[in-house]
Amino acid sequence: MTDRIDIPDRVLNRQRLLDRLFQTATSVSAGLVLLILVGIILSLFVGGWQALQTFGFGFLTGSDWNPVSEQFGALVPIYGTLVSSLIAIVIAVPISFGIAIFLTEVAPHWLRRPIGTAIELLAAIPSIIYGMWGLFVFAPVLSEYVQPWLQEKFGDIPMIGSLFQGAPLGIGMLPAGIILGIMIIPFITAIMRDVFVTVPKFLKESAYGVGATHWEVIWNVVLPYTRVAAVGGIFLGLGRALGETMAITFIIGNTHRFSTSLFEPGNSIASTLANEFNEAVGDVHTSSLIALGLVLFMITFIVLALAKALLLTLNSRDSGGKG
Amino acid sequence: MDWRYLRRRTLNILSLTGSVVATVFGLVWLFWILWTTFSLGFAALSLTLFQENTPAPGSTGGLANAIVGSLIMVGLATAIGTPIGVLAGTWLAEYGKRHPLAGAIRFINDILLSAPSIIIGLFVYEMIVVRFGHFSGLAGACALAIIMLPVVIRTTEEMLKLVPNPLREAALALGAPRWKMISFVAYRAALSGILTGVLLAVARIAGETAPLLFTALNNQFWSTDLTEPMANLPVVIFQFAMSPYSEWHALAWAGSLLITLSVLALSIFARILARKARMEH
Repeated sequence: MTDRIDIPDRVLNRQRLLDRLFQTATSVSAGLVLLILVGIILSLFVGGWQALQTFGFGFLTGSDWNPVSEQFGALVPIYGTLVSSLIAIVIAVPISFGIAIFLTEVAPHWLRRPIGTAIELLAAIPSIIYGMWGLFVFAPVLSEYVQPWLQEKFGDIPMIGSLFQGAPLGIGMLPAGIILGIMIIPFITAIMRDVFVTVPKFLKESAYGVGATHWEVIWNVVLPYTRVAAVGGIFLGLGRALGETMAITFIIGNTHRFSTSLFEPGNSIASTLANEFNEAVGDVHTSSLIALGLVLFMITFIVLALAKALLLTLNSRDSGGKG
Repeated sequence: MDWRYLRRRTLNILSLTGSVVATVFGLVWLFWILWTTFSLGFAALSLTLFQENTPAPGSTGGLANAIVGSLIMVGLATAIGTPIGVLAGTWLAEYGKRHPLAGAIRFINDILLSAPSIIIGLFVYEMIVVRFGHFSGLAGACALAIIMLPVVIRTTEEMLKLVPNPLREAALALGAPRWKMISFVAYRAALSGILTGVLLAVARIAGETAPLLFTALNNQFWSTDLTEPMANLPVVIFQFAMSPYSEWHALAWAGSLLITLSVLALSIFARILARKARMEH
């Protein structure tokens, strides 16, 4: 026999109400995430509508950006965004790969955590600090030593040479790309390191067992096993690079002009926004800038969604038990 | 000796050396940037920094209004972003695990986590600044809150998932309603992990500049009025660094030092907490 405890209805109802309130609060908060995304897309559409209506598809293909004659085409900033991010990827991917290899295969165990933390701290430094350092410290070094050297070595080679023409100012597309590259190293490294450690030990040990060297194990076992997720990490870094603002604004030169040379100043979507938005005169200019923001959001959204999809394949394989 | 063996060994040594070189390459930038910020920042550090407001062109001054403005906006953003983020993470981990929308929310949250912060600035500009007709500290705090939200949501969900189910079942078996179980058992078990997420989020917004450009803008004078444009360290650094005056450059470096020190302190503290959280599980 057990004693029945009578809980008054008053208490039960109160708890039921609190339960419902709490659950509602959590689901509304979670729904807010969707609302923010919809809000961002809608507000950029509404804000950029005037520009999109005025210029139509030509907004994407036009290379004029002239606040005086109110002609706006986004080609130059789009080009600058893509080129600077591409340079960043070219620099960051091999370096991040090397660091991830070092952290998972080469370094002695006691060294792994401090060095891993130090690399992660690169991501903690605010982007404006990168920008100031880039403008005041890195640009002079670049224009005095690196750029003349590049010109001397590659300036005379046809095709490639045109990339290194112009005055070595230390600011421009190449410096912006280099700084972006440094900034995304920690993101790509973190993902590569995390996926490299998921390789089952017995796979690596079997390779070592038949006499493979460290490098052969990395190249023939670790990399094929983690390829998809590692590419996901690269896309994540690309997504970061595309939207990076302050560091680029300091060092890209902020000029609306096409140039094949990487030494020449250029422009990116984010730096155009940071520079012009508050000084924009007239509705068409403001609207064009917001439309530019919409273009940037679309590009980064696609790149980041792709990154996420690639990274998910690793999780599904882990739980699927195929490895 | 067999030349193929020699070739394999050489390739191995070369590639491993390459990985060491890559690591050194990565670390050089960290120390170079920190050294620059510290040496130039400490040189410009003085008591007047905290006593006087940002100067007019050509004159001297401090950063008092910018420091206070930054503290107010980051504080307010944390006060808005933390409860919403924790609740949303709670829904993902406790209620919506198998809900059809949960996957979509997780996916979008991860994208917002890496989305360009300048876009968030534009969004808040359209939503708040245009509606009220002028820049304001409140808009700045909202932009920062939106940026910190995804970080808090993600860590809260992950940390709650680490809480063992028997704990929950024990609480429910004792007759505790669900809200009580979550607030007094699950949250308590995941506390240091959730706190880590909040700290990392604060570290992230402390140095954010781009979203503030279109929302809080800047204010040369002392102002604690949230409906007015508000001075803040990142935008002051941006404007002063771009100026031609060397006194302003010095102030910008001093501001950079303050931001870097607080961001580094927050990140390292968060890491220590994270280690503690991991030990608990």
